[in-house]
Amino acid sequence: MARTRKRKVIQETFSDRLFVVLDWMLLLFLLIIVLIPLLNVISCSLSEPAAVGGGRVFLTPKGFSLTAYQSLLEEKTIMTGFFNTIFYTVFGTILNLIVTLSCAYPLSRRELLFKKPLMFFFSFTMLFSGGMMPTYLLIKSLGLLNSRWVMIIPGAMSVSNMIIARTFFMNTIPQELTEAAEIDGASDYRLIFSVVLPLSAPIIAVLTLFYAVGHWNAFFSCFLYITKPELFNLQVVLRNFIANTRALMDSNGLTESIAAAQDAALFQEVLKYAIIVFTSIPILLIYPFVQKHFVKGVMIGSLKG
Amino acid sequence: MQSPIYNGLKVSTNQMRRKKIHGFLNHWQLYTLLIIPILYVFVFSYLPMYGIQIAFKQYNFSDGIWNSPWVGDKWFKMFFASSQFGRLLGNTLGISVYSLFASFIPPIILAIALNEMRCIPLKKTVQMVSYMPHFLSTVVICGILQQVLSLNGMANNFLATIGFDRIQFLGKPELFKHLYVWSGVWQNVGYNSIIYIAALAGISPELHEAAKVDGANIWQRIWNVDVPGIMPTAVIMLIMRSGSILSVGFEKVFLLQNSLNMRSSDVISTYVYRLGMVNMEYSFSTAVGLFQSVVSLILMCIVNGISRRVSETSLW
Repeated sequence: MARTRKRKVIQETFSDRLFVVLDWMLLLFLLIIVLIPLLNVISCSLSEPAAVGGGRVFLTPKGFSLTAYQSLLEEKTIMTGFFNTIFYTVFGTILNLIVTLSCAYPLSRRELLFKKPLMFFFSFTMLFSGGMMPTYLLIKSLGLLNSRWVMIIPGAMSVSNMIIARTFFMNTIPQELTEAAEIDGASDYRLIFSVVLPLSAPIIAVLTLFYAVGHWNAFFSCFLYITKPELFNLQVVLRNFIANTRALMDSNGLTESIAAAQDAALFQEVLKYAIIVFTSIPILLIYPFVQKHFVKGVMIGSLKG
Repeated sequence: MQSPIYNGLKVSTNQMRRKKIHGFLNHWQLYTLLIIPILYVFVFSYLPMYGIQIAFKQYNFSDGIWNSPWVGDKWFKMFFASSQFGRLLGNTLGISVYSLFASFIPPIILAIALNEMRCIPLKKTVQMVSYMPHFLSTVVICGILQQVLSLNGMANNFLATIGFDRIQFLGKPELFKHLYVWSGVWQNVGYNSIIYIAALAGISPELHEAAKVDGANIWQRIWNVDVPGIMPTAVIMLIMRSGSILSVGFEKVFLLQNSLNMRSSDVISTYVYRLGMVNMEYSFSTAVGLFQSVVSLILMCIVNGISRRVSETSLW
């Protein structure tokens, strides 16, 4: 009896083998589908304008050239956008971390009074908001339009990230540790700096990444609240460039004859590919090393606090 | 006259109150930490709600929010009666319901496929690659779409090689919905599968073993063990998504919109933007936006309520 059962377990049926084949096919298919457009865009950005215009580029660069990237680096609007984005990302993320952690930690403590109403106060903003115009009017009346601060202050905390951090604190800082520190006479500030923060490296990594990517990719707030070109971030520069091809052409003084104009138009196409890649390079470079933190963030977020 | 039990209770509530006050004083530092977050949320999330009143007013700059004259439900009537209303609602619901259903199943299938994959290098590569597009910005994704789908882009080159005519994909109103939804699936299928992979990892291997012993093949085990195991997660995801059914991701629609596909790409949120920022109709725009957020809130509550009754899974 036991023997036959054992044989049954080991034996792979036809449908089991079919599943393995289909599984491989599905995953390989997905891999290809995701990679093809990305490889195509990167290859086009590295190809000669004529090859791109003639539709000869597929997954490898044709007539390898870096000229598009060279002219990007010389272009002032793009470099300004690049440095603005770095500024918004660095300072925005620092403020995000301070506000988020200082909100999440108290809300994770059992002793806190009014915890339910406070949680409601924060969570309700995820369900309902004032909307585009009232927020715009508020930002305007605070005098934040066309200032660097508008990219940093209004998004100082995302409530969903705060809840992730709170869940982390509730699950990883044992109550006994808090009590032990209290008995030893540590104040709450001391507790935070000497006990909680040293134990929070994983959640700080997760939050930093979530916020930094958010800042790097931010488009609409910059588009809506900033009209001065010298304050634009990279995403807005990219969008303007794709929407309005002539912007760079004129500034480079390339439109002299018809032939030159045609060349310039072809070069514009390659430039578009190049700026798309350029905008994503930092994310693509960092991503493989930090992927596991993003995954961790989603996992913590899926726990019910 | 008082019973000892009553006395005892009274003492204990007093003690509790004293303990609470004591705790509050002992932990005043925790409360100081909350000051900045509370102020921040109050200013940037609750103050705009005060501004919602201009949806019922005739807002003008000189009078400000408070002093502008009331007009009642003028803007709402105007919106519901306008020729735009049906088209906007149709486009919005069309795109978001389509997107809700199209993007619900693929992450689950991917998670199961990854979970059962025994070749670890392939599994890791697929995870690494498929999560990645999620982190590209909307502007970049739309840029990629525009370039790949342009007249001399990759998609048209392919069509040309197999002998078809080149199509101006983004200029065709009838294609907009599909491009929007499937590019979204392309971008997020990997990332959205993470949560299901976590749920699958939480299923006890003993259940699978038991099913194997009972002679279940892999399809039966997936259907009877894995799928019920990730159901609660799937329900939560569905609830969260259904609340935003009227707020199609503004950025992406806005960035893919052009005069050619406007007929099918104009949704409520882009209309709110155009009314407010382009036509400077602040009150009208606020009213349309308010309609959208109130309907979203109600939908969220309804779906959450239904789910709590039916499956005992709910957001709150």
